[in-house]
Amino acid sequence: MKSKKTSQLLQQLVFVGPSALVFLVIVIFPFLLGVYYSFTNWNGVSRHAGWVGLRNYVHIFSADPQFLHSFWFTVKFTVLGVVLTNILGFGLAYLLTRPLFTRNALRTVFFVPHVIGGLLLGFIWQFIFVKGFAALGQSTGFSFFNLPWLGTDSTAFWAIVIVFVWQNAGYLMVIYISSLNNVPKNLIEAAQIDGASKGQVLRKVMVPLVMPAVTVCLFLAISWSFKLFDLNLSLTKGGPFKATESVALNIYNEAFNISRFGMGSAKAIIFFIIVAIISIIQVRATKSREVEI
Amino acid sequence: MGTTRRRGKWLAAEAIMIVIALIFLVPFYFLLVNSVKSFGDILTNAAGWPKSFLWGNYAEAWKLTAFPKVFWNSLVVAVVSNVLLALISSMAAYRMVRRDTRFNRLLFGAFVAAMVIPFQSIMIPLVKVVSTIGLMDSRTGLIICYLGFGAPLSVFLFHGFVKTVPKEIEEAGRVDGCSTYGIFFRIVLPLMQPMVVTVIILNALWIWNDYLMPYLILQNPDLQTIPIATYSFFGQFTKQWDLALPALVLGITPIVIFFLLMQKYIIEGISQGSVKG
Repeated sequence: MKSKKTSQLLQQLVFVGPSALVFLVIVIFPFLLGVYYSFTNWNGVSRHAGWVGLRNYVHIFSADPQFLHSFWFTVKFTVLGVVLTNILGFGLAYLLTRPLFTRNALRTVFFVPHVIGGLLLGFIWQFIFVKGFAALGQSTGFSFFNLPWLGTDSTAFWAIVIVFVWQNAGYLMVIYISSLNNVPKNLIEAAQIDGASKGQVLRKVMVPLVMPAVTVCLFLAISWSFKLFDLNLSLTKGGPFKATESVALNIYNEAFNISRFGMGSAKAIIFFIIVAIISIIQVRATKSREVEI
Repeated sequence: MGTTRRRGKWLAAEAIMIVIALIFLVPFYFLLVNSVKSFGDILTNAAGWPKSFLWGNYAEAWKLTAFPKVFWNSLVVAVVSNVLLALISSMAAYRMVRRDTRFNRLLFGAFVAAMVIPFQSIMIPLVKVVSTIGLMDSRTGLIICYLGFGAPLSVFLFHGFVKTVPKEIEEAGRVDGCSTYGIFFRIVLPLMQPMVVTVIILNALWIWNDYLMPYLILQNPDLQTIPIATYSFFGQFTKQWDLALPALVLGITPIVIFFLLMQKYIIEGISQGSVKG
């Protein structure tokens, strides 16, 4: 009896132990430590971190316009990024589930940007916005290409949106394709026999049945765009003059460029709370609109 | 009549899709074509075909980025982290599903909740923790960070999949004298293979392309992975496009080849992961 108990304990340790241990050390403990730091003025180097209570939080909301600017930038970027990647991803998926000859090659092309990391993509597109577009503008005369893409606030914002959509639409497309392929053919046929038009089939039959995929895709796109970092760092570095600095980049600069680790931790906790609230609302809202077959 | 018109309509759709695909490929055209131009040629003629092909750009970039070394560093970190992460998270998920104790339920809840924690929210104290336990500036430290930060999603994905593995097979194995470990490694793990592929693919894309974690953990230039080496290369050779572009091509080649070879599994893996997630 006793040996059975010890063998159960041993199994628990062997199976769950490693994951639980690294998870506690790398995620949970730093997270709690971060909550503590957010109430201090720690600079990252000194042994002593002075307790300042809520002062960091008060400062962020009352005397840090750059953080609020970063926040609005990130919100605007998220709204556009999520809507555009999902529309393009769904559109591509819808057409790729039709009988096209080049279906597989097209799918490969649309997906390939996603496998390249945001950091390298940002550098590639930096070249395209600075040199490539200028050259296209010269040869075609389209004023679109002659805009100072990374030079002004609004064009730099759109530059990041363009690259983000280009990078991620293909990933969402793959999820939408598998969901569209799972829509039972007989349901569509039944609707057509009942006299539904193409648009009605799409709206009344397909869309409700792909709602679970919409949940997943919205969730992914919100999470990617709200946590925008790599692409931001390499494409604009937050510029011009911090106009395109995402929240994640702002936290990073606060901590590792100006060494205000306490303040950075407070921002990190605010960032976490916002991400957590968005995730909860989002999952609740879309789960309730799903239908079961 | 009806069928030809129908085919004609899809041909139009096909043509539109091919045009969109070409637009998608334009960045790669710019990247490749300019990577073999001279600096002057890039400045005056960024959109056109190269006047002459300077393959020497690649030799130079290969040497300056120490490409074989950084590629090896990326590979070691990605492979070791991936194998260990798949192993420990599948084991944990299996145990948590099969032994539904209060502790395990609580732990699983913590894993699920932690999936929403952005990396930027823990990075500041993480640096402190990693240096306190003496793993700063080491590959082992970086790999342990990937295991910890990757565990929530991987455990969650496996957890959903273990439920679909029929218990009867395990009981049959037990009757035949298999130990719990034998049952897991010989029966359950092979049955979970589709989810193993999904988890490995999602984690491989993440770890291979990740910039911030290795940037914070590693300082030694000899340990640099491709993204950090590219970043510091760009800092050094700003606007020297005849070196920067071939370096970028080198940087993206391994993962693009990996994708083209494993495409079928990657596409399936993502579809799988999203349906469960």
